[in-house]
Amino acid sequence: MHSTNDSGSNGLISGLEQASQAARPLGGAEQALHDRIASGQQSLDERTRQASVAFRRRKLKVWGARLAIAVIIIGGWQLFTAMGWVDKFFYAQPSGIWNRLWDYFENGTEFGSYPDQIKTTMQEALYGFLIGTGIGIVMGVALGLNRFLAEVLDPFIKVVNAIPRIVLGSIFIVAFGIGLTPKVLLAAVLVFFIVFFNAFQGVREVDRNVLNNAKVLGASRWQVIRHVIMPSAMTWILASLHSAFGFAIVGAVVGEVLGAQQGLGLLIKSAQGNFDPYGVFANMFVIAALVLIVEFVIERVERRLMAWRPKVQSETALV
Amino acid sequence: MAGTAIEIRDVTKRFLTPRGEVFTAIRDVTFAVEPGQFCAVVGPTGCGKSTTLSLVSGLDRPSEGSVWVGGEQVDGITDGVGFMFQADALLPWKTVLQNVALGLIFRKVAKKEAVERARDWIRRVGLAGFEDRYPHQLSGGMRKRVAMAAAWITEPQVLLMDEPFGALDVQTKAIMSNELTQLWEGSRPSVLFITHDLEEAIALADRVVVMTSSPGGVKQVFDIDIPRPRGSVQEIRFGSRFLELHHEIWATLRDEVERAYARTAGV
Repeated sequence: MHSTNDSGSNGLISGLEQASQAARPLGGAEQALHDRIASGQQSLDERTRQASVAFRRRKLKVWGARLAIAVIIIGGWQLFTAMGWVDKFFYAQPSGIWNRLWDYFENGTEFGSYPDQIKTTMQEALYGFLIGTGIGIVMGVALGLNRFLAEVLDPFIKVVNAIPRIVLGSIFIVAFGIGLTPKVLLAAVLVFFIVFFNAFQGVREVDRNVLNNAKVLGASRWQVIRHVIMPSAMTWILASLHSAFGFAIVGAVVGEVLGAQQGLGLLIKSAQGNFDPYGVFANMFVIAALVLIVEFVIERVERRLMAWRPKVQSETALV
Repeated sequence: MAGTAIEIRDVTKRFLTPRGEVFTAIRDVTFAVEPGQFCAVVGPTGCGKSTTLSLVSGLDRPSEGSVWVGGEQVDGITDGVGFMFQADALLPWKTVLQNVALGLIFRKVAKKEAVERARDWIRRVGLAGFEDRYPHQLSGGMRKRVAMAAAWITEPQVLLMDEPFGALDVQTKAIMSNELTQLWEGSRPSVLFITHDLEEAIALADRVVVMTSSPGGVKQVFDIDIPRPRGSVQEIRFGSRFLELHHEIWATLRDEVERAYARTAGV
C-alpha cells in the first residue's frame, strides 16, 4: 500500500523531471512547456499546502478538546470542593494540592529536601528497571532459544508469576532492611516478568522465512541470534518497556510504603497517617509526571531503534 | 556422484502432524540436475515441491534416501547454495545494502569489500539509489530484486528458487523472469526452480520435472530443447516448439492438478 503511493509520487516527479529535460532541446516550445510544468508544480504546491493546513487544524482541534477535558476535571474538582458538595477533608482540592507541592519544594519535608525524596525513589526505580530489564532479556532470549529449558521451567515460571509479587516486598525488607536494596529488588522483580515474557515471545515469533533465509545464507548460530533473533525480539522487548517503567515505580513506592527512611512512598504513607489527602495527591502527581518523562525518553529510544518499521497508518495517512 | 550438481535419490519425507498422524509429503523422489542446468519442478498444490527444496538446501532432512549437492551428501545447511523464497525473507530491520551484503558478512568477507560488492549487485538488479531504504519502503518487485541480489552475491554453484515470483503481478513477473534469465546466462549456476506456472517453467528451464500430487513423487521428466538465448519470456511462449511442449506437459500435469483439486474440494 505504501509502495503504490511511493511509486505513484515517484512516477509523477520523474515524469516532471523527464519533461523538464526534454524541454531543453525544444527551443521555441521550451517556454510553453516550462509554463505547463510550472503551473503543474503550482497546483501540486497548492494541494500540499491545503493538506498541511487541514492537518494542522485537526491537530489544533485535538489539543483543544484535551484542554477542555482537563479544565472540566480540575475545575470541577475545585468547584465541587469549594461549594462543599464534596468534602475536601477527604478528597483535597486542586489549589491546596498545588500549595502543598509548592510547600514541599520551598520548605522541604519531614524527611529532608523534596528533590532528595524524588531522587531516592527515582534511583530505586531506575536500578530496578535496569536490573529487571537486563535479566528479563537474557532469560527470555535464553529460554526462547532453548526449548528443553523452557519446557522444564514452564510450571515454575507459572507459579512465580501467579504469586502477588508485591508481597515479596515484605520478604525483601525483612531480609535486606529498609535501605535501597529491597526497593530495587521489588522493582526489578516486577519489571523482570513483563520483559521476560515479551522477550520470550519475541524469540518465538521470529519469522520462519527470515530465519531460514539467514541460515541458507550461511549464518552461524551466533550470527542468527545477532542478526535475526535479537532484532526481531527487540520489537517485543521495547514494547514491554513502556509499561515496565511504570511497574518499576510501583515497586519502589510500595517498597517505601512498607518501610523506608526516604522517598515519595514514605511521604505518601506519612500523609496517610496524618489524614492528609493533600500530601497523597501531591506525591501521586509527581510520580505520574516522573513516569511520563521516562516513558517519553523510552519512546524516543524506541523510535530510533525501530526506524526500520513501517510507520503506523495515522502518521502517514493524515497528510 | 561426480557430474551432477543436484542428485535426489529415493527420497521420502514424512512429517508428524500435530494430531500425531504421519503425513507423507514426498515418496521415493529421484531426479538429478546437471551442472549449469536450469531445472523447473511443476506440480499441483501440496505435492511436496517446497519440501524437496528444503531438503536440498539442508534446512530439513529426508526420512529416507539421500540428497547430494556437488558430489557431497547434504547434512546440515548446504554450502555454496543460494535460496530465493516464495515469501518475503529479507531482514526487515536491515537496509537494502545490508540485506544484499548479508551473505558475505556471514562468510566473514571484510566489511569494505562486502559493501562494495553489494553496491555492485544492487546496481546490477537496477536498484542503484535505493541502498539505504528498508524493505517495507520498496514495492514487491523491488524486494524480489533485493532477494535476487542477496542470493546471487555469494556466487553460488546451486540456486534454489521456491516460486520466487509467485506473489508478483503478471507484468512484474515477466520482467523479473527476463532479468533472472540474463543473470543465469551470465554465470550459469545450476538452478532448481519451483513453480506451479507451467508457462514460466518451460520458458525458463532446460528440464521440467512434473510431480504427482500428495504424496509427491516424480511423474515424468521433460527436456526442453528450445535453443538459448531464448529472448524475452513474453515472446517465446508463442513459438511453435513452446506450444508443442506445453501441450505435451500439460497433458501429464492436468491429471495431477485435477486429482489434487478433487481432494481439496472434497469431491
